Amino acid sequence: MKEIIRTLTEAFGPSGYEDQVREVIADMIKDHVDEISTDVMGNLIAVKRGTAPEGKRIMFSAHADEIGIIVTHIDEKGFLRFSNVGGLAPETLIGNRVRFSNGTIGVIYKEKGDLKDLNLDKLYVDIGAESQEEAEAKVKVGEFGIIHREFTDLGNRLVAKSMDDRIGCAILVEAIKQLQDTPNTLYFVFSTQEEVGLRGARTSAYTINPDLGIALDVTLTGDVPEGPRMEVSLGKGAAIKVKDSSMITNPKVKAFLTKLAEDNNIPHQFEVLERGGTDAGAIHLTRDGILAGTISIPCRYVHTASEMVDIRDVEACVDLVKAVATSDLKDLM
Amino acid sequence: MLLRKLTEACGAPGQEGEVRALIRSEIEGYVDEIRTDALGNLIAVKNPSAPGPKVMLAAHMDEVALMILGIEKNGLLRFRPIGGIDPRVLVAKTVLVGEKKVPGVIGSKPIHLQRPEERQRPLSIDELAIDIGAKSQEEAEKVVNLGDCAYFATKFEEFGQDKIKAKALDDRVGCALLIELLKQNYDIPVYGVFTVQEEVGLRGAGVAAYQIQPDVAIVLEGTTASDVPGSDPHKHATSVGKGPAITIMDRTVITHPPLVRRLIELAEEHNIPYQIRRTNTGGTDAGQIQLTAGGTKAAVIAVPCRYIHSAASVMSKKDYEAAFRLTSVYLQDLQEREGN
Repeated sequence: MKEIIRTLTEAFGPSGYEDQVREVIADMIKDHVDEISTDVMGNLIAVKRGTAPEGKRIMFSAHADEIGIIVTHIDEKGFLRFSNVGGLAPETLIGNRVRFSNGTIGVIYKEKGDLKDLNLDKLYVDIGAESQEEAEAKVKVGEFGIIHREFTDLGNRLVAKSMDDRIGCAILVEAIKQLQDTPNTLYFVFSTQEEVGLRGARTSAYTINPDLGIALDVTLTGDVPEGPRMEVSLGKGAAIKVKDSSMITNPKVKAFLTKLAEDNNIPHQFEVLERGGTDAGAIHLTRDGILAGTISIPCRYVHTASEMVDIRDVEACVDLVKAVATSDLKDLM
Repeated sequence: MLLRKLTEACGAPGQEGEVRALIRSEIEGYVDEIRTDALGNLIAVKNPSAPGPKVMLAAHMDEVALMILGIEKNGLLRFRPIGGIDPRVLVAKTVLVGEKKVPGVIGSKPIHLQRPEERQRPLSIDELAIDIGAKSQEEAEKVVNLGDCAYFATKFEEFGQDKIKAKALDDRVGCALLIELLKQNYDIPVYGVFTVQEEVGLRGAGVAAYQIQPDVAIVLEGTTASDVPGSDPHKHATSVGKGPAITIMDRTVITHPPLVRRLIELAEEHNIPYQIRRTNTGGTDAGQIQLTAGGTKAAVIAVPCRYIHSAASVMSKKDYEAAFRLTSVYLQDLQEREGN
């Protein structure tokens, strides 16, 4: 599974430009599902047909996109200026590298001045060009870039850029591979534009109109020095979301996920996230309302070049996804 | 001139009646169907039953305005902005209030009476009031109702080589483009939608798109040009005179990449000037249209306007003409590629 995680986290896929991630995933799962399609918003939707006539429709969603930058200006010396695609903290960018779709690499640095006044307007990207013409031959205004960083295996702990949310994608890919016949029809959505406002999940949920929607996404932790006050820790299992800013999990769904975890001896913890949202926030408000929940993967240093997860949590999430996929949703309806 | 009539008409968010009636009179006879929906969107359709991709063209009718929320004993009107207005652009502007277009002026304490520290900071909305020349609350209440809106009393004017100065170019410039586009002939179904309440949260566009469920949507806008004093070159969103702006991303949308690529290719093939919008701030109806129902391919073509959301914004007729050509060429191209 670590190889899947490596491949997915090293792929290029800023919001709106998830093509490469979509291709990589389609290739990984094509022999294990009944149908694969891409919709107008670019969501990759894989369907595994259920075997039971009374089976329900379950949508699993993990977002394919990652945070990045968009080039807004190229000056006469060849330096690029940029804005954010999704949430970027300027102080995490200084000295980091970015990569564009054609492979061009650049270094982010800052203008002189007090760090207290730092904002994205004061940062620039140096792609090694000596003139505007040279820069424009490699990168154009309006082009998207991502943070450039390789995957690192630290044993139980794994570090990479875009664990948010390629780890969710990897969990779905692994679950797809492990699942045999299921009573329920499963829709695996690798959604787009989550980082800019849960956009892909909204349109795909409308089209699929599932009985239950489950998002797989990372969540923050409180287990670091002087960290935020938050109960979630790396290594304590799959996190069942209770609340974030996009959704209050329906108590029935929370209880359903908890019971599945208990019955199957899957390590789990509860998550209350004060700020942030997931695809489930969009799914549960679609059409006349859809039952939805989120299985979160605890992750340190979210929205930086080095997002860290624990492989044991990841495996617990795979098990919980499989348990949901094969469950009887009768009691939930 | 069409743009004169459109910019001198008044239409705050939710109060677009005058603009809607004007547009309706301009397009009647050129479209096969025309209706107003529950929110007030004006939906005009050409070739509703023709085969081929369903195109939605959208421009918003509403403009930023000031809503009257109180009348003082002395007849002065208290107000709040509807949509984004910088209070600093308001002082001493003349306005027209309500459907009767009662003339007024936004007054404040004169410099003689200001304390030194008051001169150092901009006046807040609470320190401003609209004076309609009424001597008492009773007299003011005869011509103004709470909830009426005040609009900048700006006359449309052409100046310079090719420039236009007017209020409400955001988005009457889009309305003008859309009216002219609806006067042309097409073989595919074209839905021209003049939307409401864009300035307060893209509210009309989503419900209109839900009714239509188009295959492709192009939003026609007036967008912010920041080639103005005090702005660094790397913060220039768009520049007036360099062609219509094509949006890649803003706060509400990442436009459909293949659609944007096609617009750029067509602009280059036909020698139509264009620029990429160089900021990710702001939002347009495309944000709602794209996410309606199962999703729609959406793009934005915008005419750059300086001093947007103020009493007088400035645009170039050349940018307008290029925006018209680009949209028109795109519709022809779509018809040839995907029409019957």
